Amino acid sequence: MNGLSLDLLGLQLFTGVALGALYILMAVGLSLIFGMLTVVNFAHGAFYMLGAYVGLWLMMHGANFWIALVVAPLAVAGVGLAVERVLIRPLYGRGIDYPLLLTFGLSYIIVELVRVAFGNTGYPVDTPEALQGAVDIGVGYFPLYRLFVIAATAVILAALWFFLEKTSFGLIIRAGARDPQIVRVLGVDVSRVWLIVFGLGTGIAALAGLLSAPLQGVIPEMGGPILAEAFVVVVVGGMGSLAGAAVAGLLVGIVVSMTSLFAPEMSRVAIFALMAIVLLIRPQGFFGRAGLMS
Amino acid sequence: MLSIKGLNAWYGSSHVLQGVDIEVGEGEIVCLIGRNGAGKTTTLKSVMGLVDKTTGSVTFEGKELLGEPAHVRFHHGLAYVPEERRIVAGLDVRDNLRLGLLASRDKAREKELIAETAKIFPRLAERLDQTAITMSGGEQQMLAIARALISSPRLVMLDEPSEGIMPVLVDEMFELFRDLKGRGVTILLVEQNVELALGIADRAYVIDQGEIVHQATAAALLADAEIQERYCAV
Repeated sequence: MNGLSLDLLGLQLFTGVALGALYILMAVGLSLIFGMLTVVNFAHGAFYMLGAYVGLWLMMHGANFWIALVVAPLAVAGVGLAVERVLIRPLYGRGIDYPLLLTFGLSYIIVELVRVAFGNTGYPVDTPEALQGAVDIGVGYFPLYRLFVIAATAVILAALWFFLEKTSFGLIIRAGARDPQIVRVLGVDVSRVWLIVFGLGTGIAALAGLLSAPLQGVIPEMGGPILAEAFVVVVVGGMGSLAGAAVAGLLVGIVVSMTSLFAPEMSRVAIFALMAIVLLIRPQGFFGRAGLMS
Repeated sequence: MLSIKGLNAWYGSSHVLQGVDIEVGEGEIVCLIGRNGAGKTTTLKSVMGLVDKTTGSVTFEGKELLGEPAHVRFHHGLAYVPEERRIVAGLDVRDNLRLGLLASRDKAREKELIAETAKIFPRLAERLDQTAITMSGGEQQMLAIARALISSPRLVMLDEPSEGIMPVLVDEMFELFRDLKGRGVTILLVEQNVELALGIADRAYVIDQGEIVHQATAAALLADAEIQERYCAV
């Protein structure tokens, strides 16, 4: 057991959970937006990147990490609101491929604009001082910042759960995802709900992007890989399911970190192999409803 | 109260309603009858704002509705119980009822209004925490009606409420419609069970191929075997 002790596996497991936390944050937004608006949001990775860059810009101009962590997601959520209102809304009722192509194109535009503003090369982002160092978690020393990412994700998930399950607006979202017409008949302006859901999803993506910055740095292309991984999480967990996104996000994160321990070059392949296996056994994903796409 | 004049409606290129005229007075039960595909459901949907292309005029208490989105028509005091009931899967009975109040001014009185509704619909009272779509068809229909009524609409449109429901429940339901009328709610009813519908209605319109072909008091139409045979026989 030299090198591959249980402690090392335990630490790698935690690394996987931290990685999974970022996947979860991306996947809940994608899943909510798809469940409500039937929009496959290919710009979600671009919003993730934009969150990191807006945060970076704020920190370059004197804000500390914590202020950036609040302001950047709000700013990107504002961009998301404008995108839904101006670009996506005219495409409702025209089939799933229209908003898909629109957001796909939009993601290129956002990435290119960031390249123009910040250059092609990336920036490192310092871990905030309070979260530097490592703590003993029983199996060994684990970076404090990664624990913070896990905790922040847990808080966001709990808040989202409360919002969806315990508030009136959440009830509108749950009902509207299944039957927007009856919700309209009962007096709700569904288009306003769609707007808010899109803004919420993009804001959470931006938060994930900025959370990832101290771990991985920022580059204009950072949204591409995580978008693909988040789509895998949504498919594995089941479209439109918060619990599905949480479970599948953790699973995918752990699969990636474990594979990279044994065969680093295989880690991305492993994600898609996992997705293929899940789709063969359970096409609607862990918590998904069958026939959602029909 | 509700005045439909020269209403045309299209699904794609198919011209489904061709100049429909219907008047519904305050406190009346008006029944719209006709064969399958005659345009009954489309008429109700057009009034509620669920048909994309409509022309003509639909006024409710003098206000023009055409061009307004469905959720605004709800706020004018219109309610619609669709034929498919549209009970939301995954929600329990209480949450389905709450849906009826989400956009209402009475939202603050949610608990009180749900309790009141449970008194009127005892079958629902026992099942408030049950997943709504696991109930029988009749109970789901009761829930759909209760959900539409909980916000105290001025006019309720009901599409085929008796369809696929046990006779006992149908009687219970029509008794309820009579009560509603007594409490001043106006009803526009589409119903296959012509005899039953005419039994509680004040007046009736007969629709065929997208046009109103006959109108009479319910009593007169009930006695008119020929019209019933010609336009309503399946």
